[in-house]
Amino acid sequence: MGGIQRAIRGPATALGTLVAGAALAAPDAAMQERLAPCIGCHGNGTSETEGVPSLGGQLPDYVVTQLFQFREKQREAPPMNDVAAGFSDDDLRAYADAVATLPPPSRSGTPADPALADRAQALVAKHQCTSCHGSDLAGRDAIPRIRAQREEYLAKALAGYKSNARPGYDPAMNEVAQGLSEADIKDLAAYVSRL
Amino acid sequence: MTSIRKPTATRSLAAALACLGLGAAGSYAAHAQETPASAAPPASVKAVERGDALYGRPEGGAAAKLAPVAGPPLATPVAKLPLDKLKVPEGFHVEVYASGLANAREMTQAPDGTLFVGTRTVGKVYAVLPQAGQDGKREVKTIATGLHRPNGVAFHDGALYVAELSKIWRYDDIANHLDGAAKPVLVYDDLPKDEAHGWKFIAIGPDNKLYVPIGAPGNILVPPDTHAQIRRMDLDGKNAEVIARGVRNTVGFDWNPKTKQLWFTDNGRDWVSEDIPNDELNVITEPGKQHFGYPFCHQGTFTDPEYGWGHSCSEFTAPAALLGAHTASLGLRFYTGTQFPDAYRDAIFVARHGSWNRTTKLGGDVVMAKPGSDGRVAAVEPFLTGFLQDNKYVGRPVDVLVAKDGSLLVSDDYNGAIYRVSYGK
Repeated sequence: MGGIQRAIRGPATALGTLVAGAALAAPDAAMQERLAPCIGCHGNGTSETEGVPSLGGQLPDYVVTQLFQFREKQREAPPMNDVAAGFSDDDLRAYADAVATLPPPSRSGTPADPALADRAQALVAKHQCTSCHGSDLAGRDAIPRIRAQREEYLAKALAGYKSNARPGYDPAMNEVAQGLSEADIKDLAAYVSRL
Repeated sequence: MTSIRKPTATRSLAAALACLGLGAAGSYAAHAQETPASAAPPASVKAVERGDALYGRPEGGAAAKLAPVAGPPLATPVAKLPLDKLKVPEGFHVEVYASGLANAREMTQAPDGTLFVGTRTVGKVYAVLPQAGQDGKREVKTIATGLHRPNGVAFHDGALYVAELSKIWRYDDIANHLDGAAKPVLVYDDLPKDEAHGWKFIAIGPDNKLYVPIGAPGNILVPPDTHAQIRRMDLDGKNAEVIARGVRNTVGFDWNPKTKQLWFTDNGRDWVSEDIPNDELNVITEPGKQHFGYPFCHQGTFTDPEYGWGHSCSEFTAPAALLGAHTASLGLRFYTGTQFPDAYRDAIFVARHGSWNRTTKLGGDVVMAKPGSDGRVAAVEPFLTGFLQDNKYVGRPVDVLVAKDGSLLVSDDYNGAIYRVSYGK
């Protein structure tokens, strides 16, 4: 994470001004300014904050959909509901385009051990994760990149889909997650986060 | 069943499987390996496991690139709508009727011209005021938010009926409650909560009953007794009865103005082949007695590779017309207006949302099923086209509605817009 200032969680931070030390992928100053509060919590592509997802490598169609769900309170995820509450449709598009310039997250920690990889790969095949998320799980269109995402965030997302606490924009993940056990979710999160 | 034309098989299953490029035997073997051998148990756990839209997908490179993708949550600005790409037959004219209705789905119109529009992914119900302002735009009001997949809307006697995924509500005196503060009355909630095919098209019939479909909770499975059917009930939700079974997922129906019989679209299963099954146009001639085939027989002509064994398509009601493979044929209405030429009288307009389960996309248009003199469907012809460009959608039609003035309104959930097709002038 180089010179990126370590984020402090909380709505005030998310809305506040932050210093982003490292060079940004964003092409112009306006976009850098727009991204600064995002990077404060989410990092410059790779999040180092527990519970806060990495945003790097996400495509704008996915980001705009999540921001929309935050604004409409279809997806409850403090402080993002407050952050997005006042956004216009144009704001949603602009933030999505800006976030999409962040570099993909880099894997941290040890690679998955062979037994975990075997179990998880079987789950990925059974539930056909690659059909929507792509063969390398890097996402496409409005479907998110999940490889190298934070482990606890992936686990929480899958649990939320399973319990319907997180209704997907499209119900595909709510349908898929019904067939996952707690152990399946643990394995998938551990494996995918280490890709 | 005299008014139903039995469709001819366009190709055999073996030929269709060969289209996969794998050879029929190899293709079936691969499919059989990934699906459990036991066909029957309708246990809820089993059904839920099979609730995935991708259940039944064969192994293989090309198939792995196909997946349903929901449209964007924001409406396309009016200047960027694909109006210049849309084509209608000579003498017709297409224009933007309203814009800014993100994820616009089913439509219904009040006698004063107010148009109500449901949504599937953004939780809102809209009202479009009938008179355009000085800027030529019609005001769009959001009359409800935070609903769970409120796809279905039906106006009746001053009230707006709204179908969420598992609850149907009535907004009384809706004309005086367009500000979004109306409190609805619960009409009916004896409905499953499955997300798969859980969103609903609703309508009120000439018998003054409310018609509610319940889709199959997944691509291909033996549905529980509560699913894959159409119910009708009194307007207060009482006396519900099942009037059709074997219906995988209908998202559009209307009544023939002459016979008063219910015609409905039904979306065929995924992953059998690029080319089959077709979506179906069906007719209910004997309410409560007909089974339309799912999951045993598809498009009236072939038995399911897994669930069809031991069955024959002759056990089931065959479709009145075929609407194309995987075209996602949704909204359907009879043309009851007088603005269009005589040839369109009592024709059926069908909005085809467009396929996802095909490499070469099909649909993304409005077609017209022309009735012959015998009441059968004589032909299915294109009417409004151009949403599909270079195998990409620039818009996706969901519902059609004959407006009070005889023009045809078409909703587009990809752009969040309503188009108006008129004749003459």
